[in-house]
Amino acid sequence: MAANHQDNIAESRFDVVVVGGGMIGLSLACAAARVGLDVAVIERVEFEALNSSSFDGRASAIALGSQRMLAAIGVWKYMESSAQPIFDIRVSDRESLLHLHFDHNELDGVAFGYMVENIKIREALLEAASKYSNLFIIAPRTVVAIERSVGNAAVTLDNGRVVKAPLIVACDGRGSPLRAMVGIRAPGWTYPQNAIVCTIEHQFSHDGIAHEKFLSGGPFAVLPLLGKRASLVWTEKTNLAEELYALDDKNFDIEVTKRLGSFLGDAHTIGARYHYPLAMHHAEHYVDHRIALVGDSAHGVHPIAGQGLNMGLRDVAALTEVLINNVRLGLDHGTMEVLQHYERWRRIDNLSMVAVTDVLNRLFVTEGTMIKFSRKVGLAAVNRLPPLKRFFMRHARGTGGSLPRLMDGEVP
Amino acid sequence: MKRSNVTHEIADPSEVNRFAAIAERWWDPSGETSELHHINPARLSYIHDWCCAHFSRDPNIRNPFTGLTVLDVGCGGGLLCEPLTRLGASVIGIDPTPETIHVARAHAAQMELEIDYRIATPNELVSSNNHYNIVLNLEVIEHVSDPFSHTQACAQLLAPGGIMVLSTLNRNFRSFITAIVAAEYILGWLPVGTHRWHRFVKPSELAQHVRDAGLRLANVSGLTLTDGEWEVTTDIGVNYLAIAIKD
Ligand SMILES: Cc1cc2nc3c(=O)[nH]c(=O)nc-3n(C[C@H](O)[C@H](O)[C@H](O)COP(=O)(O)OP(=O)(O)OC[C@H]3O[C@@H](n4cnc5c(N)ncnc54)[C@H](O)[C@@H]3O)c2cc1C
Repeated sequence: MAANHQDNIAESRFDVVVVGGGMIGLSLACAAARVGLDVAVIERVEFEALNSSSFDGRASAIALGSQRMLAAIGVWKYMESSAQPIFDIRVSDRESLLHLHFDHNELDGVAFGYMVENIKIREALLEAASKYSNLFIIAPRTVVAIERSVGNAAVTLDNGRVVKAPLIVACDGRGSPLRAMVGIRAPGWTYPQNAIVCTIEHQFSHDGIAHEKFLSGGPFAVLPLLGKRASLVWTEKTNLAEELYALDDKNFDIEVTKRLGSFLGDAHTIGARYHYPLAMHHAEHYVDHRIALVGDSAHGVHPIAGQGLNMGLRDVAALTEVLINNVRLGLDHGTMEVLQHYERWRRIDNLSMVAVTDVLNRLFVTEGTMIKFSRKVGLAAVNRLPPLKRFFMRHARGTGGSLPRLMDGEVP
Repeated sequence: MKRSNVTHEIADPSEVNRFAAIAERWWDPSGETSELHHINPARLSYIHDWCCAHFSRDPNIRNPFTGLTVLDVGCGGGLLCEPLTRLGASVIGIDPTPETIHVARAHAAQMELEIDYRIATPNELVSSNNHYNIVLNLEVIEHVSDPFSHTQACAQLLAPGGIMVLSTLNRNFRSFITAIVAAEYILGWLPVGTHRWHRFVKPSELAQHVRDAGLRLANVSGLTLTDGEWEVTTDIGVNYLAIAIKD
């Protein structure tokens, strides 16, 4: 680990203090450092533990815009060799045999994005972070308090140390302790579903095609990894998910094969399996005086569209651009006036993703015939309307809407 | 749009009192000066870009103005002094209203910024024989009783090769409707009585003052509200900015 990744840094004043060294926190730190801000990241778990597969066995879809940003902030080169391009996305409703087919050739021949195992993403982020001389990691340390004054903000760590900056950014995840400390509410709900995540090895090549099948228990995603491997994100009703999760390897593989079908040939799981309860939330505000929420602390979506990380990365790009634009004019970057630009930029986009993923999930999980009918018609209709389809495809790529410059691979 | 009522020699007492009343709330972006806060990034970007170009400084670094001195005439609560200090300049802010200077000093202390604030008019500084690389003269000229001698005094404070940034409001029917009727009465952006339309300055008049003071007019640009954000444009119909250089 580089010299700046320690707990004994003399520095205690920064331009930005990032609380949480998850995938979003480290991305923000690298982006902020890339545009020239002095940044500290505080993470309560030791990075050795965070970067082990037992901590996070998932893989993430990195949309094209996210990939461009990761390249621009010096991260992508450390994960490129672990990235499987996604060339095509097929959405299907098993019973109806109707397919929604997103072929990358309909755009311009560029991949939709990439599948990368989370451990590889975390390792790449840490590697890139260690290269910035203006980025400091303080770990393992927990933030226990935040104090905000007219001109500054400060967080207190569990060893009593105080770290100051004009702006504190909460990248402390779903349960965000900082969000609670500053009194921002994040209404949400839980789904009566769990996600089971595992990796399979299969006989035939996946050709870089991602499959999303809508089964009766919820969406079942088959996401291509490098080699003849795929990451499964399998949502099921909670009680059934628990039973499935507890099965022995042989019976678990039988259940997987039932749902997967035969298009990949023989398949069996490799490595550990994980399960996660599913919930959705959206913070009432993303910002307050001298604090901004970014990533899962601001919003959490159903993993149906694989967008949680991508939404957070877009937050990172937008916030970084807002901050540096103001810092370059000498403006105080921790004020509400400045931070509200970030909130206005991101809120609608995130809210629509929260709503769309929720509606998708309800639509495809509910049994009523009317809904079944409309979902068949819906999929077929989307397929027949090229402009609408391109809109969905652009979103899957993460290159739609009013984009922060980092999402185009440009450093603001 | 009003920053302060710096007056040269003949300070108009009613102008001074109107601004002392709102000085306390100067730094509240949702308060009475919200429009000033709203317009500030656009004004700053104009100052930043022109000064970086004029002094050949890299506009993308944190402290492009290191080594430069700035005099902000009619500095108000310090809305320009603070950013310019962060950009590396050593800044003096002057304003004839004591309350305003108190607010500015208190705020700079809270922000841990070192800024030299003085209760003064440009003319009072002329005798000290100090010269500054950048003189800011924003939203002031329309509030002084003698724009000619005011501009003259400011020009004397400018170092050779220095740059002066000015801004004011145009005097025409559109500015009357926009700045007075709309901003003060209809939208309530600014306290009623903030502007005196007959004191607004036409670009041709500003150009004349600048030339009479021995400066070269290098640019005139508009400041317009587009989709809810202020932008530097070519429309000089209402709010406009100018650059004058002491060759
Ligand atoms: C089953 C599943 C599949 C998913 N698949 C995808 C996908 O394919 N694509 C995608 O884009 N997204 C996906 N997501 C979502 C994605 O994983 C998350 O959106 C993303 O990881 C959020 O990262 P984060 O950094 O905001 O939060 P977290 O990863 O939760 O990180 C928060 C960090 O803050 C630290 N912390 C918390 N409190 C403190 C404190 N007080 N002091 C110091 N440190 C603290 C924690 O230790 C932690 O490291 C999926 C999610 C699930 C559940």
